[in-house]
Amino acid sequence: MLTAAEINEKIAWQDMTTGCEIYEPGTSRLTKTGEWRSRTPQWLQDKCKQCVLCAPFCPDASIPVKDGKREDFDYDHCKGCGICINACPFDAIVWKEEA
Amino acid sequence: MSIRERLSGNEAIATAMRQINPDVFAMFPITPSTEIPQYYAQYVADGRVDTEFITVESEHSSLSACLGAEAAGVRAVTATSSAGLSFMNEVLYVAASSRLPIVLAVACRALTGPININHDYSDSMAERDSGFIQIYGENNQEVYDNYLQAHRIAEHPDVRLPLMICEDGFITSHAIENIELEDDEAVKKFVGGYHPENYLLKKENPLAVGPYGVSNYYMEARVAQAQAMKNAKKVILDVAADFEKTFGRKYGFFEEYKMEDAELAMVIMGSSAGTAKAAVDKLRAEGVKAGLIKIRVFRPFPGEELAKALKGVKALAVMDKSEGFSACGGPLFAETAGACINMPDRPLMVDIVFGLGGRDFTVEAALSVYDRLKNIAATGEAGELYTHMGQRER
Repeated sequence: MLTAAEINEKIAWQDMTTGCEIYEPGTSRLTKTGEWRSRTPQWLQDKCKQCVLCAPFCPDASIPVKDGKREDFDYDHCKGCGICINACPFDAIVWKEEA
Repeated sequence: MSIRERLSGNEAIATAMRQINPDVFAMFPITPSTEIPQYYAQYVADGRVDTEFITVESEHSSLSACLGAEAAGVRAVTATSSAGLSFMNEVLYVAASSRLPIVLAVACRALTGPININHDYSDSMAERDSGFIQIYGENNQEVYDNYLQAHRIAEHPDVRLPLMICEDGFITSHAIENIELEDDEAVKKFVGGYHPENYLLKKENPLAVGPYGVSNYYMEARVAQAQAMKNAKKVILDVAADFEKTFGRKYGFFEEYKMEDAELAMVIMGSSAGTAKAAVDKLRAEGVKAGLIKIRVFRPFPGEELAKALKGVKALAVMDKSEGFSACGGPLFAETAGACINMPDRPLMVDIVFGLGGRDFTVEAALSVYDRLKNIAATGEAGELYTHMGQRER
């Protein structure tokens, strides 16, 4: 049985799964959808009070939380919606200046 | 042992469904298919089946419910007609591309407009590219027999495609005819159980169905789906062969009626073929080499086999019971002409659109078609290619 990691842009049509079925859960981790992002949020660690209000607001689970503390963004999946910027009470998340 | 009965086409389909006892029937009524869920509701109420009978709010929903049920790993069926089938359009494509073998009974009826409840193939022909297998019956017996073969074709691992069992609205769906039914146990044994390899509720490997397919995957997915439709040809013949061995009635992609030495022929579908056969009999008695081919399987279209069967025919009328508005012929004509394109001595062909919205088709009308073919064969001139028959004219 083909695993999701084995489905890639090199496989022939004969090797595709029937109806494009995927036979395992949690496969979104394999797909880097962060490239859809046009603007990028930046975490200002020195301003952050670790209230962790941003994490549940993130629609794409792109703010990893470990031992009750947030870590840096998962930019492989962050779409740059900016909801976290609005949610943060301490201005600890800002738009990254684009070059 | 077969059981002699007399049933309408709708009751014959409902009977076949009862014998198969599918896990889910999601229903929404529309004329002339309404009797199918109506009969089935009675079987549910009487405890003769243990099907989950879901009454939903539209045809889009009934097919969506079937799609969900099939993805979850069970057999799901429904029935519809006309605008109901059109309303399913979006979901038909999802079901076919997700390779979910739903069996859909269609009592074929005209599409609006003008609004009309009678028979033609406007509805099913509009869905010919949806990816559903389509099998048509001439009468109640064929519709019942086709239904008994449907699940095995659709669910075969080399196929895994949804399938439409098409009957002619009112003409077949409501007319009561003699029929040979098969014993409940024999049907259950023939059809067998449904054991998909993977399904949503399989705890060992939870399944994702219907993922997004970007340009890098879409083409491959469509080629694989096209291959499944090609594979269906062998499976349809295999199941028909087992059906003949089990119940004694023979089926193929199409029926060849007096075609051995035929020079004048029709390609036709459904109940109209019965009328045209009477015309062929009359002409044969007069020594005219007339014959007809009745298409049973429209998807997959048996192009190669049809071209072979038409060898030796001098003039051919393709009888389209739906209007494609292509300005150059109906859908059956397009398929037939395409099938014959590389034949060395292909027949001269004309398309005749007839019987729309329940307009009567008579033996006399069929005879007039063969008269036209006689003239084409004699002169070697096909004349006007795309024509209509049976309308009032000034």
